Amino acid sequence: MPSLNGRAAIVGIGQTEFSKDSGRSELQLCAEAVRAAIGDAGLQPPDVDGSVTFTLDPNDELDVMRSVGIREMRWTSRTPFGGGGASATIEHAAAAVVSGAADVVVVYRAFNERSGRRFGQPMSGPRPPAMDWYLPYGLDTPAKAYALWFQRYMDKYGVSNEDFGRYSVVARRHAATNPNAWYFERPITLEEHQSSRWIVEPILRLLDCCQESDGGVALVVTGVDRAKDLRRPLVTIEAATQGNTMLGETIFNYYHSDISRFPEAEYTAAQLWRTTGLRPDDIDVAMIYENFSPIVFYQLEAYGFCGPGEARDFIAGGNIELGGTLPVNTNGGLLGEGYIHGVNNIVEGVRQLRGDAANQVKGAERVLCTAGRSAVVLGRG
Amino acid sequence: MPHAVAPTVDHDDEFFWNGVKEGRLLARRCAGCQRLAHPPSPMCPQCGAVEWEVLELSGRGSLHSWIFSRHPSEPDDAARIVALVELDEGIRLVSNLCGIEVDAVKNGMRLEVVFAEIDGVALPQFRPSGVED
Repeated sequence: MPSLNGRAAIVGIGQTEFSKDSGRSELQLCAEAVRAAIGDAGLQPPDVDGSVTFTLDPNDELDVMRSVGIREMRWTSRTPFGGGGASATIEHAAAAVVSGAADVVVVYRAFNERSGRRFGQPMSGPRPPAMDWYLPYGLDTPAKAYALWFQRYMDKYGVSNEDFGRYSVVARRHAATNPNAWYFERPITLEEHQSSRWIVEPILRLLDCCQESDGGVALVVTGVDRAKDLRRPLVTIEAATQGNTMLGETIFNYYHSDISRFPEAEYTAAQLWRTTGLRPDDIDVAMIYENFSPIVFYQLEAYGFCGPGEARDFIAGGNIELGGTLPVNTNGGLLGEGYIHGVNNIVEGVRQLRGDAANQVKGAERVLCTAGRSAVVLGRG
Repeated sequence: MPHAVAPTVDHDDEFFWNGVKEGRLLARRCAGCQRLAHPPSPMCPQCGAVEWEVLELSGRGSLHSWIFSRHPSEPDDAARIVALVELDEGIRLVSNLCGIEVDAVKNGMRLEVVFAEIDGVALPQFRPSGVED
């Protein structure tokens, strides 16, 4: 059966600065990131004939074309499920170029998520009827919705908020040496984590939560043959897939039989390992979507980097740090670098494979970029 | 009193909220294959039927997970416990847990439904089994 694996490549990356108040429109952030990514690839805007973004992205495809100078596009698509679909954007782009539906696809995500609409605030205004099962009871923010899932994990394995804090400390340590990170040169201690205020007691403190950021990022995807002729070191899309399950929900997991696990991530992982023949040991860097620190624990276990309930010891043992067995979120992640809905983590994955990341993992050949419900493995061509 | 957002009742959940107003906890059961579902969906994923029966639940179950909900940026909003309840009929329901101090909450504890009007909205709530009014 035909496969996407290894037949498309990421040939350009672009971004704006990550801030708390960009001072410009979301469309401008988007246009700046897209144009930078096209330029990074050594291409011109008219070379682009496809785009992919999130269903949640505010930037209309035609507005982006008009702003950047993309003349004609024959492929557009958008991925559902917010940040969970972050890596699915790369799957969409690869599907387009491998099938011939498009030749050069730009993936973009740009917003003023701090100075404009803040996702973390209590829900108000129009909402889908499905929220009837949650909002009347006060479950009105992503932090609360996720925490009700995480509590079961904590209780089952005896994991404490302090254990979660050990991830946050690593993320901020990585951000501290990444000039691109909002928290550059601002590491935290576990004591600082433990004295930050509760957001959802007894699960999440402030320093377990991702940032709210203004900014834009973009990536350019094309077929691997054309990619070899372009100017940047080859970064191949070794595999890309999604994990959507019948009993799943967009931002929580209440109805699977065992909610101390993450079935969507397990399904995604199984497909990546099966279709590539790779094993967890083959991954040199893992970029793991973390709107909240506990989701890193679930994903480390779902991918088989450690067993169920073992993420606490895996993290405490230093494995996920620079120099560890599996450096995780080497840019500082969404807690430390910025929250561009997970797509900035894919940009970091590309940098690691090009060999020019701020916190470069020497000789990195394969990077996993997982957003829980979607994931890619990138390789050095 | 906590702030309660009223449900936006539609075709698929109207039966539930009508039941709550009458002090009954209801779920939909497929008329074709008897599969019990919560949250309800308009078509049975097991047999494809779109006909449903309404089943009155026992209102008994156990605590599956919980959070103490106290919004940091809205300190005037009274705190409450949000609970994921595993009902004895084998389905899970998000609700609130009342009649207990936070320190005493334990996963697996037995619960029973009570009905209350919170901020003008009729809602099912749960309390530890055997607690008298």
